[in-house]
Parts: sequence; C-alpha cells; structure tokens
Amino acid sequence: MSQVFTSTVIPTTAEQLWAVVRDFNGLPDWHPVVASSCIEGDARADQIGCIRAFNLQDGGFIREKLLALSDYDYSCSYSILESPMGVENYIASFKLIPITDGNRCYAEWTAEFDCAEEAEAELIDTIGNKVFQAGFDALKERFKE
Amino acid sequence: MVALFCSTVIRAPIDVVWPLLRDFNAHERWHPAVDRSDLEAGRQGDQVGSIRSFYLTSNEHLREQLLGLSDKDHQLRYTIVESDIPLSNYVAEISLKSISDVDQTLWCWRSRFDTPPGQEQALKKLVAENVYAAGFDAIRAHVEPLANRPSSSGILEPDQTPCIEPGPTAWQRKPAPFTINPFTVFKSASNSTGELEGYAVMMDKYGAADVLRRVPIKAPPPEPGQVRLRQTAIGLNFIDIYCRRGYFDLLSLPAVPGMEAAGVVESVGPGSTQFESGQRVAYACMPMGAYTSVRTMDTALMVPLPDHIDDITAAAGLLKGVSALYLMQQVHRVKSGETVLVYAPAGGVGRLLCQWARHIGATVIGVTSSKEKRRIAKAAGAQHVILPGKKSLPEQVNVLTDGRGVDVVYDAVGRDSFDDSLRALAIGGHLVSYGQASGDIGSKDISPLAEKSVTLSRPNFVHYTDTPDKMAALSGQLFDAIKQGVLTIETDQRYALSQVADAHRALENRETTGSSVLIPD
Repeated sequence: MSQVFTSTVIPTTAEQLWAVVRDFNGLPDWHPVVASSCIEGDARADQIGCIRAFNLQDGGFIREKLLALSDYDYSCSYSILESPMGVENYIASFKLIPITDGNRCYAEWTAEFDCAEEAEAELIDTIGNKVFQAGFDALKERFKE
Repeated sequence: MVALFCSTVIRAPIDVVWPLLRDFNAHERWHPAVDRSDLEAGRQGDQVGSIRSFYLTSNEHLREQLLGLSDKDHQLRYTIVESDIPLSNYVAEISLKSISDVDQTLWCWRSRFDTPPGQEQALKKLVAENVYAAGFDAIRAHVEPLANRPSSSGILEPDQTPCIEPGPTAWQRKPAPFTINPFTVFKSASNSTGELEGYAVMMDKYGAADVLRRVPIKAPPPEPGQVRLRQTAIGLNFIDIYCRRGYFDLLSLPAVPGMEAAGVVESVGPGSTQFESGQRVAYACMPMGAYTSVRTMDTALMVPLPDHIDDITAAAGLLKGVSALYLMQQVHRVKSGETVLVYAPAGGVGRLLCQWARHIGATVIGVTSSKEKRRIAKAAGAQHVILPGKKSLPEQVNVLTDGRGVDVVYDAVGRDSFDDSLRALAIGGHLVSYGQASGDIGSKDISPLAEKSVTLSRPNFVHYTDTPDKMAALSGQLFDAIKQGVLTIETDQRYALSQVADAHRALENRETTGSSVLIPD
C-alpha cells in the first residue's frame, strides 16, 4: 500500500473554501489539470455513491466514486473506478480544518493505493505534486489578498 | 456542554513541535499558566493513564489524566480528574498536523466540558485565552526562529522573553547589540545665531500618552557654567508618567518632560574648563526636559561617563541605579541577614534593588504579576517570588518567613499595596514607600504603625541628589557596581524618541521589563 500526504494553509476561512471544494462535480472550476466533468446518471454531486467522470487537460479520462462527504467535518473521500494511472484500490480524502487565530485554514489531501513497485515513486510524485499540490496552489492563488 | 476549538500554525516542523507536547508533564516547563507539575505514582509522561498534579501560577490546583497518546496521529487526549476551577466532564484533545508544503505545523486544541450555570462563556474564554492561546504563544516563542515572528509594532526591538527554558540562559537573552545611528549626531545643525536645531517631545496639557507630540526646537548657545549636548539616549522613568498625568506638579505647561539622558558635549560656555567638546556625559535630575535631541544645561548637573559605561546604559540606568543605591544605603541600610520585600522586582529600579540586596547578603522576596516577570526577578537575585494567588501577600510572606515578617519593604506600587506592605513587616520593620504606580496613596491613619513599631519613609529623589557632591558619590558607586557586575542595567525596550507615546503606554500597561530608553531619531 502506497500513501500520499499533502497539506497546506489557504488564506480564507474553512467555510468559504468548503463552499468551493465540496462540489464533487466542481473540479474544472478550481483545479488546473481538469478540463471538464459530469456526474453520471441522475445523481446529484452531493449524493453519496455518485460518480464523477472527468477529462484532464492532457486528455486523460478518470471516473471516481464519492464514498463519504461531511459538511460537519469539512471532509470527503472518494475512490478511483477507472483511470490511466495504473493504480488499484485507490482511496483519497480531502479535509479542511479551521485555523482560529487568523483568516485562513488548513487543507489536507491524502491517498492510499496499490501499484506496480517500479511505478510507485513516480506515482507518488505525480499525485502529490501535480494533482494535490497543484490544486492547493490554485486555491491559494484564488484566495490570495 | 461547552465545546471549544482553537487552532494555530506553528512555524516549525511537526518533528520539532510534537516532542514538546507529547510529554504529559512537560507543561510546567513551557506553559506560562502552569507553576509546577508532578506525575503521580511515579508514572511517565508518555504513559497512558498517568495523572499530572499541578498548580497554576494563580495557585489553583488541578489533576489531569492522560487518556490516550498517539505518535502516529500526533495526538493526545486528557481529562480533568479534579480541579479548583469549576470545569466538569472535561475532555480535551491536542492534535498536530504537518503542513507539508512549507514544513510547518497545524496545532489544534479542542475540548468539551460542563460549567456551573451562567459561567459557560467566562470559563470558555478563560480556557481559550489563558490556557490554549497562551500555550500556542509559549511554544511559538520557543520553536519559531526570531526572524519568522511578526513584529507587533514599530518599536525598536523589545526583548521577547520566551516562556520556556531549554537552558539556564535562554530567557536571559539580551537584545541584539544596538548601535546608535551616526546620522543622529549630525542631523541637528547650528544656525547663524548660534542656536542648535533639533526636536523635542512636548506636552501642552496633562492626560493620556497622546498628549506627547514632536516639535522642532533650538538649543541656545551655552552661557558660562553651561554645556550644550547632542543627546544620544534618553531614559524613560515612571516619574515621567506621573508628570504627564499631572500627578506631580513638576512641569509648567507647555513643557518637555523627561529627567534623564546621555549624550555628547557639543559646546561649552565661555570660561568653562570642567568639560570639553566631544566628552560623554549623562544627567538624571530636575529640571524636566530630557525628551529632546539637543539641550543646553548647567555643568553642575552633568555626570562625566567613564569609558566602560555606554550611552544607553547611562541613560537607562543613572536615575534608577542612583535611586536603588540611596534607597538601600541611605533610606534604609540593608544588612546581611535581613529579609527584604521588593515590589516590581522585574522593573527598572526593582531589578537593581534585588541585585544589590542579594549582593549585600540579604534574603530577597519579590512581588510581581506574571511568571515571566518572576523569572526575571529570580535572575536578579530574588530567592522567592510571590505571585497573585488565593493567599494574600501577607499570608504568603508569613509562610516564607516562618511568621516573622520582613525587615524592610520597598514599595513603589502605592495605593493598592500600602496596607499589605504594613502587614508583611516584622516587628520594628521599615516600609520604604518610594512610588505610587497604582495611584495616590491618599491619607493614612498612622496609629496602626504602633502595632509593630513600624518606620515609614517617603523618600524623594531630589533630596538625595540635589548637589554635585551627592550625585558624584552615588554615580561613582553605581558605575563601579556596574563594572564589577554587581548591578546590571537591562535595556529591554528601545524606542525612537518620536515614538515615546508608545513607550509610555507599554510602561503604564506593565508590558515592560527592566529599563526602556528613547533614541533621538
């Protein structure tokens, strides 16, 4: 089992940031590598079990399933159903924690997955930096003063 | 049920922060509200189930039990087993998260508890501010590099005393070496009539610190028996605040306050041979008027500075040092074996009183308001330091002196302390009331003094320093004591002279330790 842990501080409140990132179908709105997204079937984006199908800027196609969503904890978890990355048993979590002594919040994006041993290092780098940290950087830019 | 959540960012890696927090008994070393703490039954600080029994600096006793500890999650949980503070069903959790992209740490501190009806908000505030936020600041002060900490104001560099002591000298850290801006000395210019231009801080009415304002001034050429100074450092004293408030009638408005400064002789009056241009001097005396960059004064008031006394030390220490010496040698001659009670032992005069009394061989008890100031007082030589608590000051003195009381009290607090000071004295004791920081003492019935045959003194600086001979003797003794290391002048706060209002506010709000100096900018 491989793990990725990425975290940062975003210059806005957890409440305001959550309003942007809780939308399971909202990746194209804030994540630079995602080009378009849709929710399969008749489901809503905050319905547990719904599936988002999205295209990356480089043409890659990914399907992910919403496993958990908590407005109380500012957190969500999802799994990958289909992707070109070569991962199995991939489960990721996204979580915000308020920082009470300033107008900012903590954001954490983590993943666990299985993969071929020789691909692990590159996958950890890709997921941690090009996906998670790139998303954080875009959010930091979006909320900077 | 009250739910509380506080969090902050500590600008240090999680591997630096966590070891400090995971030891359940370490809070006595870092938390400013915790006085002393012990683990019961010989258990360890990382042993789940262990109970820490501790006293707050405000004397309340608590027992707390470690419910869980996880190095994997950087998390610990604990509950209050017994408490003098009315918190029940209290369960708290400390958890750390690494902020991976900057290698810093998120610290969350949350709890749930019940309180007596009506006390929910007050106790929530108490826990949030005095326990959690104070803890955040203490750890921050310990682990964050100084350069990373945001500076709170435009003052030059106050000494930020960390609340934790990894080694015996860490909290005695001195401010960074300070060099006087050479431009200061050359900024003032002489005009065609021989007047020297500069600026002063003046007040035209009594009141709060904002009555102080900067105005251009001209120092006249010195007459016979006078010198003209370019001042390099000015001492801030509590008497300046008494004068600003109008409590002392020492100024006729509009006027420039200030009693003490150091500088360089710019020119001397005709026929004067005692001083020469370029000589370093200081003064601590009436008339007021030291808050200025240039000044013309009588030579009789000048104290020549030896090479080993720098300008800042002289400006910060002359008045306070001379005061400490006449208070302990002339008003009451402190002797070896006596017990001395000193109020404000972390303050300018108080610290020197502690140092001198300890040097003489007296037992020193300090009275102060915070754990930080207590540490400063102990470094200055106080063997015991009393903080506000459940027991009154006389009761605490009773415990420390086996019921005897102290031989002498040096009390600059005044109104709020006078009665306690009398009660703390031994039979035949001496109350030296030399200040009134808390307010005018007012009228007092002297009959109770007979209960212990008490002597009461109200010394006035002027009467001990009003001739050049008196001043020369005291200042000479002071400079020797500094040279020998018996007395040390700590200039913990430095302000630009034009920012003197900030300096007054800090001193009034009891935010300062040691001495404050003003630098003409």
